[in-house]
Amino acid sequence: MHPAPSLIIFTTLSGLGFGLLAWLGAGALVPTGWVGFVFYALGYGLAGAGLVTSAAHLGHPERALKAFTQWRTSWLSREAVLSVGALLLMAPHAAGSVFFATPLPVFGWLGAVFCVATVFATSMIYAQIRAVPRWHHWTTPALFLAFALSGGALLSGQITAAALLLALLAVVMVLHWHFGDRRLAEAGSTPETATGLGFMGRVRLFEPPHTGANYLLREMVHVVGRKHAVKLRVIALLGAAVLPALVLAALPASHLAAGLAIALHGVGLMASRWLFFAEAEHVVGLYYGRR
Amino acid sequence: MTSLPEKTDKKLGLVIDLDTCVGCHACVISCKEWNTQGYGAPLADMDAYGAHPEGSFLNRVHSFEVTPDEGPSAVVHFPKSCLHCEDAPCVTVCPTGASYKRAEDGIVLVNESDCIGCGLCAWACPYGAREMDPSEQVMKKCTLCVDRIYNDNIPEEDRVPSCVRTCPAGARHFGDLGDPDSDVSRLVAERGGMDLMPEQETKPVNKYLPPRAKDGLGETDVLAPYLDPVTEEADGFVGWLDRALSRI
Ligand code: SF4
Ligand code: SF4
Repeated sequence: MHPAPSLIIFTTLSGLGFGLLAWLGAGALVPTGWVGFVFYALGYGLAGAGLVTSAAHLGHPERALKAFTQWRTSWLSREAVLSVGALLLMAPHAAGSVFFATPLPVFGWLGAVFCVATVFATSMIYAQIRAVPRWHHWTTPALFLAFALSGGALLSGQITAAALLLALLAVVMVLHWHFGDRRLAEAGSTPETATGLGFMGRVRLFEPPHTGANYLLREMVHVVGRKHAVKLRVIALLGAAVLPALVLAALPASHLAAGLAIALHGVGLMASRWLFFAEAEHVVGLYYGRR
Repeated sequence: MTSLPEKTDKKLGLVIDLDTCVGCHACVISCKEWNTQGYGAPLADMDAYGAHPEGSFLNRVHSFEVTPDEGPSAVVHFPKSCLHCEDAPCVTVCPTGASYKRAEDGIVLVNESDCIGCGLCAWACPYGAREMDPSEQVMKKCTLCVDRIYNDNIPEEDRVPSCVRTCPAGARHFGDLGDPDSDVSRLVAERGGMDLMPEQETKPVNKYLPPRAKDGLGETDVLAPYLDPVTEEADGFVGWLDRALSRI
């Protein structure tokens, strides 16, 4: 799949933002006044920036409101509803903390639940797609949730929780790769099943239907991004999980240590999300002799 | 709502004969020609006269080489368009309700004025049957020529999808695959019509008829036995020459 920058930015920023808001809402940290303002501005800023980038990805952003209508069937629609719900529910808690030094935990908790649900809905947009076997697996929601919760814990300075969640994240990342590498074969889709011609012999593309590019090839048969997959996996694992956990364990708690851990985590997150798209094989590639 | 209908009254669809298709791409062109001027936004071509022309099409013809364990390979031309699946994953993922499957005849359509161009439906389709129009930024797909098949303003013989009407080889058939007595259903039963990627569990309505077995090389000519060489030894001048040269 094409690792579109807008999708990578959207999913990473909104994941971090909703992760942070979830921790704030759950009352792990109850900042008030200016400190509270900074935390909530960061949470809302990240989540909001993610949502704006995702709207920019649309062919017709001016019709984006229609995407709130099909929540009964569509995970994308559910994500839209849940994300706005999360931001609205969290608002009284945030405003109470920042302006009146009066947190409203009921709204905070409700908001936190919606934040986690939003991240889950985002992950299900990918996990529901059977035509991309690597995504169609429980490790996809696990990966998105582990990233959001550990990133949120880092941003909200929950050192013990962050260290534990980063260890969990490392395990989930490895599992996603481990299972992911077998998913296409398990799905059983081959050029033979795609054409139904397996009964005659081995099937190979002889002539493609068009000599130029097209939407399908650009969007779904993106194979160039996998060139440095192994190196990127190492960068992702070290950056997102291992090094930040070591920083938290080794350095005394300070803004500098936290900043370093967050920066490393951000780099690893980007690498991991790039791979999430670039390594995902869509079965339509079988019609084009590519995976 | 982008929920799928429980069942559809009819299952209109195509039956494509891989034995007969000659790979001429006439259906591709006639599809583009009809659908660029009727239902919804035109099918754009970008950089049409430049170095990298490309555009949106609703039907494309691949060609595959099939190599058996023994014997020569075969080339199979393979037209591909929306299969109007019964369990269409492209419909249920749509956040806006723009994608839908009609309860009356099972045709899968996009209401372009509701489409936000998110592209998720194209990801959900295993067959690559949906393409975003590069100019209008809305999702395009085969409509089964819904503006021909019910159109009283055109002669009756034209009330079939444009590709079916055009195919010079008669490789494309249109009808109700939900009616076991229809011509297309009987054709599918007779020829062992098959589903593409059944493991994706989309339950395609369109069926493909497999190529028939080809005659083997061994039995190409009934006269072959009479063409076997009748004499091992040459005679006459050539025979003398052969013997003379062999002796040297
Ligand atoms: S072929 Fe693709 S676009 Fe057509 S109904 Fe099936 S899944 Fe949807
Ligand atoms: S591209 Fe249009 S039709 Fe397809 S899922 Fe998005 S809104 Fe629905």
